[in-house]
Amino acid sequence: MWPIIQIELFKIYKRPRTYIAFGAIAALILVIQMGLKIDGEAYAEFLMKDINDTLTVDGKVLNGYLICYILLQLLLVHVPLLVALIAADMLSGEANLGTLRLLFTTPYSRTQWVLAKFVAASLYTILLLIWLAFLALFLSMWIFGTDDLFLMKSNYVVLIQEQDVFWRYLGAFVFASFSLLTVAALGFLMSSLANNSIGPIVATISAIVFFTILSTLNIPLFNVVKPYLFTTHMNNWKEFFDIQVNESNDAITGSILNVAKIKNSIIILAIHIGLFVGASIWIMKKKDILS
Amino acid sequence: MSVIKVQALSKNFGALKAVDQLSFEVAAGQVYGFLGQNGSGKSTTIRMLLSLIHPSEGHIEMFGQTLTDHRSAILEQVGAVIERPDLYPYLTAQEHLSLFAKLRKQKIAASKIEATLAQVGLLARANDKVQTYSLGMKQRLGIGIALLHDPKLIILDEPTNGLDPQGIADIRQLIKSLSKEEGKTVLVSSHLLSEIEQIASHILIIHQGKKMAEGPTSSLLDPNKTIVQIKTLDDADAKQKLMESSYRSNLLERNEGLYLTIPKLEIPALNAFIVASNIDLISLEAKNSLEDYFLQLTSTY
Repeated sequence: MWPIIQIELFKIYKRPRTYIAFGAIAALILVIQMGLKIDGEAYAEFLMKDINDTLTVDGKVLNGYLICYILLQLLLVHVPLLVALIAADMLSGEANLGTLRLLFTTPYSRTQWVLAKFVAASLYTILLLIWLAFLALFLSMWIFGTDDLFLMKSNYVVLIQEQDVFWRYLGAFVFASFSLLTVAALGFLMSSLANNSIGPIVATISAIVFFTILSTLNIPLFNVVKPYLFTTHMNNWKEFFDIQVNESNDAITGSILNVAKIKNSIIILAIHIGLFVGASIWIMKKKDILS
Repeated sequence: MSVIKVQALSKNFGALKAVDQLSFEVAAGQVYGFLGQNGSGKSTTIRMLLSLIHPSEGHIEMFGQTLTDHRSAILEQVGAVIERPDLYPYLTAQEHLSLFAKLRKQKIAASKIEATLAQVGLLARANDKVQTYSLGMKQRLGIGIALLHDPKLIILDEPTNGLDPQGIADIRQLIKSLSKEEGKTVLVSSHLLSEIEQIASHILIIHQGKKMAEGPTSSLLDPNKTIVQIKTLDDADAKQKLMESSYRSNLLERNEGLYLTIPKLEIPALNAFIVASNIDLISLEAKNSLEDYFLQLTSTY
């Protein structure tokens, strides 16, 4: 199946649309980094103003690790929309171009083509995430330096020692790859249902918005399904930044407060990926190629 | 040996019968012309041969193997261009051929890619993106992709659509040389009898999904033969009596009546047979030729 994966990757590489997402992420991150470089101190003071009376923080609060956290909070909501641009076009875009019949009259089966396309879309998604990690983490570390990570949660603060931060970001990015692959798989499913490019992209984005709202609403009726919705779990990369404390309320280095929650989220997301891709294969196998 | 053997093939799209109990065979080395007006079921049939559309009923065998069971092995030996030459606008001709070369079991050398580009007249524009190509150039590139892996069977669905006269002549010449010089089997569809009769050794005429006529081109276009339309009060009875006679092999049934392809001189004998068989005849009408008959079916001409 490797030759058809290569072909799909080559097509993604040659398509102008591919680079929109990379450009959009770079532009957003660079603008935010520039803003924080210029006005960062004022921003840090604003963040700390409520706790300055009760807590003294030594060192550099606005360091590369905090900038990365801020960027991820902002961008991991929007990157799925960029992933949808490519993933939701993988099958329907070919149907729209009329090239699906070129592919499906080769000796490779439809299942192989759909899987190859999903693998290619997944690699694209992971590359996008690596690009995001490079700009948000490594570039921020280079521009702003590193120090302990000081995070203000809704009703508590978390202080993670500098040497205990980096691996958490690695974990968060691996987790985020599951979230984005779920979006890619959803886009793929939508793509298998249509013969034009725009419909599946809009449908994928609409589905994400719809389920995100369901996941956020605290209504008993929805609470039954919320644990099973992918949108409930997509933002759980933040769990890597909640740590366990000992009896003296000191942070335990290398610990995560709720490992089970992360594991559960990854399982739920993986099940969604499997279901979405499985359904796409089934639909494409049954489909008459009329375009 | 039959390269393609189709038996009682049907395809329904809801209430629409796009292909209705179609049967035909294509022998090795033939240029088989598939003729019918737009919407007659040609492309649907071709798409079923290429496993793009799932048949509602019927059986397809190619190279002696069932398509459903040996799809991959069969398609390894087939090259096809289906309707419009849809390609990737952001890739060049060279990139298209290089990509499709990877999809075949046997290794296709760079020299073969270059030879194919030369064969379809695109060598000079090989590194230009397809979005800058004319329709004719895209059609030629589509044919190049179909020929690249040296297939035994080539299926061309309306290959001259949108081409200028020179382009049409080039395609015609290419099909002839593929058959005569390389011994390929070619199934070519068109809505133009004039196009098909110049290249095909055998012709099948399809209308509203049904086979109307089939046979060697020389026989079907024989000026000494004619098509006779028989309208009766009871077509079922007439059909049964004709099927029991020597006219059996030349009989076709349509909604408007029964049709027989016979030499002109045999029309009086047919008339006598109908009278002797007590068939309740309404009319017996001789069409001038297959071409007239086809043109009557394809009312746009």
